[in-house]
Amino acid sequence: MTLVALKGLLGRKLRAALTAVAIVLGVAMISGTYVLTDTIKAAFGTVFTTVYKNTDAVITSKSALGNNTNNNNLPPSFPASLLAKVQGLPGVADAQGGISDFASLVGRDGKVISGGGAPSLAFSVHPHGDQHFNPLTLVSGAWPVGPHQIAIDANTASKKHYKVGDTIGVIARGPEQTFTVAGVVKIGGVASLGGATMAIFDFPTAQKIFNKVGKLDAIDIAAKHGVSPSQLVREVKPLLPANAEVRTGQAQAAQATKDTNGFLSIINDFLLAFGGVALFVGGFVIANTLSITIAQRTRELATLRTLGATRRQVLRSVMLEALVIGTLGSVAGLFLGLGLAKGLNRLFVHFGIDLPQAGTVFATRTVVVSLAVGIGITLIAALRPAIRATRVPPISAVREGAVLPTSRFARFSAAAALLTIGGAAAIMLIGLFVGGISTTDRLLAIGVGAAAVFVGVAMLAKTLVPPLARVLGWPAVRIGGAAGALARGNAMRNPQRTASTASALMIGLALVTLVSVLASGLKTTFENAVNSVFTGQYAVTATDNFSPISIASANALKKVPGVQVVSGVRAGDGKAFGSRIGVTGVSGDISKVITVKWQAGSQAVPGELGNNGAFVATAYAKKHHLTVGSPIAVETPSANTMHLVLRGIFAPPKGGSPYGDVTVSTQRFDAEYPNPQNVFAFVNIAGGATAANTAKLTAALKTFPDAKVATASQFKKNQEKGIDMLLNLLYVLLSLSIIISLFGIVNTLVLTVFERTRELGMLRAVGMTRRQVRRMIRHESIITALIGAALGIPVGIVLALMVGKAIKFAAFTIPVGTLVTFIFAAIIAGIVAAIFPARRAGRLNVLEALQYE
Amino acid sequence: MATAQDQTQPQRPAAGDVVVSARDLTRRYGEGDTAVDALRGVSLDVRAGELVAVMGPSGSGKSTLMHILAGLDTPTSGTVEIAGTEITKLGDTDLTRLRREHIGFVFQFFNLLPMLDAEENVVLPLSIAGEKPDKAWLEELLEKTGLAKRRSHRPSELSGGEQQRVAISRALITKPTILFADEPTGNLDSKTGGEILDLIRDSVDTYGQTIVMVTHEARAAVIADRILFIADGLIVKELTGASTEDVLTVMSSLSS
Ligand SMILES: Nc1ncnc2c1ncn2[C@@H]1O[C@H](COP(=O)(O)OP(=O)(O)O)[C@@H](O)[C@H]1O
Ligand SMILES: [Mg+2]
Repeated sequence: MTLVALKGLLGRKLRAALTAVAIVLGVAMISGTYVLTDTIKAAFGTVFTTVYKNTDAVITSKSALGNNTNNNNLPPSFPASLLAKVQGLPGVADAQGGISDFASLVGRDGKVISGGGAPSLAFSVHPHGDQHFNPLTLVSGAWPVGPHQIAIDANTASKKHYKVGDTIGVIARGPEQTFTVAGVVKIGGVASLGGATMAIFDFPTAQKIFNKVGKLDAIDIAAKHGVSPSQLVREVKPLLPANAEVRTGQAQAAQATKDTNGFLSIINDFLLAFGGVALFVGGFVIANTLSITIAQRTRELATLRTLGATRRQVLRSVMLEALVIGTLGSVAGLFLGLGLAKGLNRLFVHFGIDLPQAGTVFATRTVVVSLAVGIGITLIAALRPAIRATRVPPISAVREGAVLPTSRFARFSAAAALLTIGGAAAIMLIGLFVGGISTTDRLLAIGVGAAAVFVGVAMLAKTLVPPLARVLGWPAVRIGGAAGALARGNAMRNPQRTASTASALMIGLALVTLVSVLASGLKTTFENAVNSVFTGQYAVTATDNFSPISIASANALKKVPGVQVVSGVRAGDGKAFGSRIGVTGVSGDISKVITVKWQAGSQAVPGELGNNGAFVATAYAKKHHLTVGSPIAVETPSANTMHLVLRGIFAPPKGGSPYGDVTVSTQRFDAEYPNPQNVFAFVNIAGGATAANTAKLTAALKTFPDAKVATASQFKKNQEKGIDMLLNLLYVLLSLSIIISLFGIVNTLVLTVFERTRELGMLRAVGMTRRQVRRMIRHESIITALIGAALGIPVGIVLALMVGKAIKFAAFTIPVGTLVTFIFAAIIAGIVAAIFPARRAGRLNVLEALQYE
Repeated sequence: MATAQDQTQPQRPAAGDVVVSARDLTRRYGEGDTAVDALRGVSLDVRAGELVAVMGPSGSGKSTLMHILAGLDTPTSGTVEIAGTEITKLGDTDLTRLRREHIGFVFQFFNLLPMLDAEENVVLPLSIAGEKPDKAWLEELLEKTGLAKRRSHRPSELSGGEQQRVAISRALITKPTILFADEPTGNLDSKTGGEILDLIRDSVDTYGQTIVMVTHEARAAVIADRILFIADGLIVKELTGASTEDVLTVMSSLSS
């Protein structure tokens, strides 16, 4: 029997290959994800270990609120006086202070050199003396010396063609300054940390340009011979101020690696989820293909039974076939994943996430998980067809046109489908709305629920196919004439088969619809929020639309003739009532450019905050039982506590508040936060938004390449770019499952053509041209794809409705244009899927086809 | 006055015209030592309004001959003319068009489309050609073949004989210059087979339909005007107006 199964498989190589494709792609996604993230993790690990290799211990500044560094919230520097104290410790052989901050490089085109989403790092170096603490190595030139020199990373140098002696712009605090490139450097042996740009200055210059004279961000320490790093740490600890911490070099490297790994794990899980979706769709395709093959082999299976094969043996032979296909597909997928890892990396670079790469890491875990999941899914998918195969009675061997017996439960299939859908929806609703479950359980419930919804709809599809095909096949009949009419008939002929084929596509289209509907809802709410809140004429934001911008740029705009108001919103981190919050700072004239509804107080509140006034949003006030006059204590990253008094409560519009959890006056904010910056600023100018005014304002920002002005409508569009970017990334990742479902259509059509060989011969004999044959197959494919769309798009909309309700703030809007695009995409998908099967059908030799049995 | 129908469907040729003409047909399958010569030099003429039976033992080359005459297969050498067109050099598209206009088929396995009902199966060749059926002709055919009451039944709801009658109507609907039938009764019991043979004979007598029928059954062959006996790829004998005995005598001499 084993031999029969294997020989049979060999005899159906094309079918086996087409079936395996469904698994190959899904497994490739899984293995590619692992390879990518493992490789990046290894690269980071190596970099950090190298960076701290000569450092026994390191003191770093820290936010009193915990470790969370970004451009917005630099941890406050500590006094430089600490260095002398550390140097005086008995266990210390040597110690060196350093500055680290953020500074953008400006290219020759006057634009900020983007690190592709990665930060723009800045460091200090001590150009003289030995460089054993220095994590950087010179590739060319020398260390920068004095107030006019800089060293830059090798990645930027090569990408933007900078060499020693060139001049380059830098934005640190305030307007752009120019420096001469003294050297080009690598960090920890690599040209760039995931695309981050680096600006390196000598120590005094760094202190000066970052306003950190008399301050330090880090101290590298080497221990005396015989003093262990942990001893050293114990010695240093008592000297530290509240906003500094000390770790051994090793621990610091491990900490840095852990921080990046946390981020990478999110990427990993995110990509694996798409791999999972792809495999889920692949499972559908496999189950369907095997069902068709088994139906076509009814006679063969029955013959085996008459020859004495037991049901068990039949089951085993089908499962063995699946095992072979699953194994081959998974192994192929595993290795395709290596290539896909590169592709995924490029995809991320394209969407602005540039990650470091070193030697490819192909871990045992990658192999085990990929094979286990791939083979597992194939076997599960094969189970139902295999069980059906065992029910072929031996008598079918001698009956002309014997068909596979239908399931005993076939009669109840519609009811079972509805029951499944109901149960699935219930699970999803629990995941979405029931309180008191962990995020993991929540996501699990939503995922399992959605998967079950798909299974249920697929079960129901059989009942829906005939009416759907009748309606959706109407254009085929109009366009394709007899070929179109026959195509429609063919699509309706075996509803189960058409349903299963269309269902695979349904899943991909439902998910694509889900994200597009949600995104459109998000955009609408966001637009409504912007429309109701921002009453300024111009917005000033970072060129990348989300980074904070220097206050100096806002000040530069104030000098433009005709400008009436320039008011920005500062943003930083804080801690109140035991949890992290966003703190914003505003001045009184913000009310001229931002309008919100006030539950307590009025538009005058921002101007009346003084030194200790604050206002909060309604939800925050309700949560912490605050009323006007209530005290609020907000801890700052510098370990200071602001004792504030509530002066007003505003009601933010759905779709986003312009302010953080707690808002204080600009004056107080700037006193508490060492490096205050605006997240955005708004401008009112005499004459309003005109081309002339835009030109004037843009000119004023010439020396601030990191900032740009935008009219209110441009501002909205710019802010939506982020949503669009994410949406496009999701589309690309979901397209994998759509491609798999296309292979499903190809598979079904090839098998169908094969099955209808004699029929095609007859059609050709009675006068059907090759073109008509191809057209017939193509229309059947399009009808199947359209059924997929007709099922998938509504399912996606319903899912979006449920998810949208759960994440409350999103308005529910249906992006009709986008959905119409999806329908056209489905038609094109159908045409593409039909190319190969239609060619095969068209090429059939009429005579051979007629004699075919 | 010519109707739309007449423009797309050729008029029947006048009785007695040669509509199929084959000269020196050979057909070799395979090469070298294993080569099989299925036809070894066959010439024949079929005249309009004639029912010709091709008889011979199994493997003698009957089907091969029919396939070549119908343009489904290409001879190794020799020529075939159908309605004045030499077909052995035609490309696929031209051959397809020729089949549409001039040739009808009846197969041993009825080869009906399961998702179409009887009437739709009958008019299929016209639908494929993008033409409308002549209503009166369709009704007459359905009436003649006894399918009028079963016209909206699917093939799975029809008996074997009924299915073959649908197939015959499908072949007749285009009024082809020549109708080829390969073992039309091969898959039917003798009573049903007899009814089908009556129908075939009737279509020649009533409509002047020209038919070439391949069979190895004597009782089928005797309805023909002319019987061509074929053995080992050659036409070895020709009978006109033969009786069952005559046929059986010739057949037994061939197979011995
Ligand atoms: N496709 C083919 N390949 C090789 N030999 C063939 C093929 N078709 C027919 N033959 C051989 O040609 C001879 C004639 O076959 P055929 O015309 O089918 O005979 P009949 O219809 O009289 O039974 C037989 O010997 C048969 O084996
Ligand atoms: Mg034969």
